[in-house]
Amino acid sequence: MIFFLTSFFVSVMAASTPLLLAATGELVTERAGVLNLGVEGMMLVGAVSGFVVGHLTGSTILGVSAAMIGGAALSLVFSFLTLTLLSNQTAAGLALTIFGRGFSALMGAGYVGIKGAILPKLFIPLLSEIPFFGPVLFGQDALVYLSFIILAGVWWFLYRTHGGLVLRAVGDSHDAAHAIGYPVVQIRLMATMFGGAMAGLAGGYMSLAYSPLWAENMTAGRGWIALALVVFATWRPLWLLGGAYLFGAIMYLSLYVQGIGVQVPSALISALPYLVTIVVLAIISRDRRKIRLNQPACLGKSFYAAT
Amino acid sequence: MFRFEPRGEASPFWTYASPVLAIILTVLGTGIIFMMLGQAPLPAVYTFLVAPLVDGGGLAALAIKAAPLIMMGAGLALCYRTSVWNIGAEGQFTVGAITAGGMALAMPDAPSWLLYPAILLAGVLGGAIVAAISAYLRTELNVSEILSSLMLTYIAQLVLIYLVTGPWRDPMGFGFPQTAMFTSSAATPNLVEGTGVHLGCLVAPMIALVMWVILSKSVLGFQLRVVGEAPRAARFGGFSERNLVWVAMLVSGGIAGLAGTFEVTGPIGQLTTEISPGYGFTAIIVAFLGRLHPIGAIFAGLLLALSYLGGNAAQIDLGMPNAVTSIFQGILLFCLLACDILILYRVKIVRPQITTAEAEPAPPKSIPVGNQSNGTGQ
Repeated sequence: MIFFLTSFFVSVMAASTPLLLAATGELVTERAGVLNLGVEGMMLVGAVSGFVVGHLTGSTILGVSAAMIGGAALSLVFSFLTLTLLSNQTAAGLALTIFGRGFSALMGAGYVGIKGAILPKLFIPLLSEIPFFGPVLFGQDALVYLSFIILAGVWWFLYRTHGGLVLRAVGDSHDAAHAIGYPVVQIRLMATMFGGAMAGLAGGYMSLAYSPLWAENMTAGRGWIALALVVFATWRPLWLLGGAYLFGAIMYLSLYVQGIGVQVPSALISALPYLVTIVVLAIISRDRRKIRLNQPACLGKSFYAAT
Repeated sequence: MFRFEPRGEASPFWTYASPVLAIILTVLGTGIIFMMLGQAPLPAVYTFLVAPLVDGGGLAALAIKAAPLIMMGAGLALCYRTSVWNIGAEGQFTVGAITAGGMALAMPDAPSWLLYPAILLAGVLGGAIVAAISAYLRTELNVSEILSSLMLTYIAQLVLIYLVTGPWRDPMGFGFPQTAMFTSSAATPNLVEGTGVHLGCLVAPMIALVMWVILSKSVLGFQLRVVGEAPRAARFGGFSERNLVWVAMLVSGGIAGLAGTFEVTGPIGQLTTEISPGYGFTAIIVAFLGRLHPIGAIFAGLLLALSYLGGNAAQIDLGMPNAVTSIFQGILLFCLLACDILILYRVKIVRPQITTAEAEPAPPKSIPVGNQSNGTGQ
């Protein structure tokens, strides 16, 4: 039983980490008032960049860095379109996903089905030998720990620093923030690139640690689930943790049930996370007041200033 | 240095010139990507965009690929005009194909006059029902239709895989994930024998025409556009946003279901796991490239259909992955969105030493802002 629970929690943490990373990034982006629907595309580009660089150099550190750079580079295209050229953010985000899908498939065409670099699990000496708690809390790879650190950092930044206050002000009223003299576009650019880097990192986690290999469309909608998680958390970082782990658990369970040979068709079980996403969104969004109170007021709106 | 200055009103010239400029930029960009992949750019672009039309049967293939894109693009144009962001046309297409295919498999021996209309009806209803779920979630439970329609797309694809690998799998199919071929009374009739050009290729431009008439000539179309462009005005005008969201979703979903029906009863002839190379997502680009105008969707649909043929040609003749198609489509949407700034803004060259400027209100707003320092001052 202990063995089962241990492997269950270890696997759930692995399944939840990419969701948590991508959603944390998107939360910061949205808090600055930018709705980037391209998370899925940025994750895919991150996944392929991380895998290719990891494979060619044999270094997972370089692979992870490449994944972040890949995601951030794509978010830069989005920023140019929406912040400089004032494009519709919904359309630009969709373009990012369509392009990211094709671009990652093209880049990864020669890398399907081969072994890449694998992010090692860090077994912290002594602590990782404690039954159950050891492997779960002290036997994960570095990105799992990093996802918690980043989440805590984002919480601290948003609510405990002046920079975070400015970022939230930009997301809630770009005109007021601009009138006080804050550089709205630069702040949004930074927030969007942070979101891109985190989506890339999430993709890199998929191709370097979770799977670990490259396959076309390997993120399978996780980018969209991450977007839903931000709504689920009503734009509050700490709530992301619960959401990401809930969905990680559902994703793992749907794999697990197939593994032990329960007589339910695997395709239908695979649909469970998407179904739960809809149900959870319905439960959260039904309370219009709660959404209105927490949603950044300028989310998705273009900002034009005659500077 | 340059900056963008509001024109104050939409430029009619750039409304139509922007997609042309975007297409030119996209072709250039695709050439550069071909070059980076080690191809000679000009012959590669020729292979991608011209050769598919020149050889025999090219136009027929174009019409077949364009039919679902034009249909769904026109439906989505109506939807997006209403500011209803249905991005799940792919899922509605899939479910339309499933319900139509189910009808075809359920009554294989029924006469054509009975079976074929029943199939069309089933397909339209299938697509509309999926869209209705998103409409209900949006109007009653406040759930973003973007996320719900996309999640439903993933679910629809998995249900299709379940059906063709499970209960509906052809027992004579050597274990392939596909249903039995539909009978001839379930087949979409061909317009020109031997080319594969089917009824859907004719219905598609007709649907675009109908959408155009609805949008620009009817009271309903007027209400849809007002809800999309000025929701507050629509509320004062007493239009029910709720009902119009339903209309937009049901119409675009039903059309997507019909497109799926034509596809599986026409060119494919059975249900398989791969009934669409992403038509529903490409239709989003069709809608935007066509200026959210149903007639524009006809031209845009033809161009994007060409990108599928070009992707196949690049794969066969140049040995390139056919992901080139999605890259072309992605770049096209990027370029289009970028060029669209010229509709509302003009580019003005400014000398860099100017550091302060009088703030001007953005065009859609009318709140005077008055003098203020520039954005970088702390």
